[in-house]
Amino acid sequence: MDHQPPPFFKRGPAPLARLSFFAALSLALLFIDARFKTLELMRQGLSTLTQPIQQIAHSPVRLAENTSAYFSSISTFQEENLRLRRTQLDNASTLLRVRQLEAENDRLRRLLDIKSRQQASGQVAHLLYSARDPFSRRIVVDKGQQDRIQAGQPVIDDAGVVGQVTRVFPFVSEITLISDKDQAVPVQIVRNGLRSVVFGLGNGKLELRFMPANADVQNGDLLVTSGLDGVFLAGLPVARVVSIERDTSYSFARIHCEPVGGVENHGEIMILDPREALALPEQLTRENSGDAKTAPKQKIKRRALKRD
Amino acid sequence: MQATYSSARILQPVRPWFVLLSLFGALILNFLPTSAWSWMPDWLALTLVFWSIREPRLVGMGAGFLLGLVMDVADASLMGQHALAYVLVTYAATALARRILWFPLWQQALHVLPLLLSVQLVQFAVRFVPEGQSPGLVYFVGPVLGALLWVPLTFVLLLPQYRPVEHDENRPI
Repeated sequence: MDHQPPPFFKRGPAPLARLSFFAALSLALLFIDARFKTLELMRQGLSTLTQPIQQIAHSPVRLAENTSAYFSSISTFQEENLRLRRTQLDNASTLLRVRQLEAENDRLRRLLDIKSRQQASGQVAHLLYSARDPFSRRIVVDKGQQDRIQAGQPVIDDAGVVGQVTRVFPFVSEITLISDKDQAVPVQIVRNGLRSVVFGLGNGKLELRFMPANADVQNGDLLVTSGLDGVFLAGLPVARVVSIERDTSYSFARIHCEPVGGVENHGEIMILDPREALALPEQLTRENSGDAKTAPKQKIKRRALKRD
Repeated sequence: MQATYSSARILQPVRPWFVLLSLFGALILNFLPTSAWSWMPDWLALTLVFWSIREPRLVGMGAGFLLGLVMDVADASLMGQHALAYVLVTYAATALARRILWFPLWQQALHVLPLLLSVQLVQFAVRFVPEGQSPGLVYFVGPVLGALLWVPLTFVLLLPQYRPVEHDENRPI
C-alpha cells in the first residue's frame, strides 16, 4: 500500500530535466535545419505569425520615407523626370537596334537549328528589410508564393546580379546576396572568355577562387555570368576585379572583386523567371522512346502555362 | 513573492498580462530596423532574463524556447539557434534568481552581463564553428549595452507593481 503525500508545492519537472529537454529539442532542430533543410514548412507556418509583427515594426520607417518623398520639392521631380527622359532617349536607339538584332539572331538560330536563347523576363520586387541575422547577408522582398516565386530564381538590379532567392514564404521571399559567405556564381571574363566561379567573402567583397597564378586576369576586368549553371542567364554583369595578388608560394592567385550591382544598397530589384531546363542531347531522348514522345508535349504545356 | 531581498518598497503581485505585454514589446523592439546594427542589445533576451529572475515560476525555459523559435524565423537564422541560447540563459537566470536579487541594482547588472554575453556566445558558437562566418567584435557590444540598461529596465518593468507611498501611523508596513 503505497501512499504518497499530497503535492503541497507543485513545481513541475525539475529545472535540470526541463533544461535538458528543451536544449535537446533545440539541438535537434539545429541539426535537422543545418543538415537536411527539412524544416521549411515549420518556418512558413511560424512566419505567418511573425510577418505581420515585422511589417508593423517596419511601418514607421516606411511612413517616414513616404512623408519625405511627399514633401520633396516639385523641382527635384522635374529635374529627375528630365534626366530620365534624356536617358530613355539615349537608350532608345540601342534598344531599337537590340530588338531588331534579337529578331535576326532568332531567325539565324532557327536556320542553324540551335535552341533559341531564353528571353529575360521577371517580376519587379521591392525591398522590405534586410534580415537581422548578423552572420549572413540576406534581404527580404515583397514577392512570395502568391506571385509564383520559386527558390533558386536569380535576382538582378539595374546594374548587375544581386543574388538568388533562397526561401519563399506566402507573401515575401528571402534573397541571399552574392556577397554572402561562400555564395557562388559561375562567371566568365568579358575580355577573354575565361571561365571561373566567384565566391562571396561575407564582407561585401567577392573572390575569384582557384585561378592559377599565371591566369590572364587584369585589374578592372568585368565578370559576367557564364550561364553554365543553368540558373543564371548568360551575360549578366556580376563583378569587377579590383586587386590581384600573385604569390608564387601559392598555386592560386588571390583575386578580389567588387560587385557591380548595388548588392548592399537597393530599393527595387528584379526577380528573373527560372531558366528553362537545358534540353537533353538528341541521342538520349531517342534511346528511351517512351519519353521522346512525351517530352515535347510537356514543353508545349509549360509554355502555355507561362502565357497565362 | 520573494520577501528576502532588500527592497526599498514593497511590490504588488505581478500581473501576468503585463509580463506577456512586455515580452511582446521586446519582440517588436527586436524587429525594428534598428536591429540591423549588430551592436544593438537583444531586447528579448534582456526581458526574458529580467522576468526569469523576478518571476521564475511564470517565465522560464518554455517561454525562452518558444520566443527563440519566433526569433529564428524572423531572423532567417538557423532554426533553434536563438531557442538554444534563450533556453540556456533562462535556466541560468532562474538558477541565479535567488542570489541576484540580494544585490543592489548596479551589481545585479554585473550579474546580468555574463548572462547576456552567453546568449551571444552560444549563437556565435552555433554559427561560427560550422560556417566560419564572423560578425565582428561589434556583436559583443550589445550585451554590455544591455547590462547598462538593466537599471532603467527594472524601473520600467516594475512600474505597475509599485504602490503609492502612504504613511500610516497605525500600520507597521
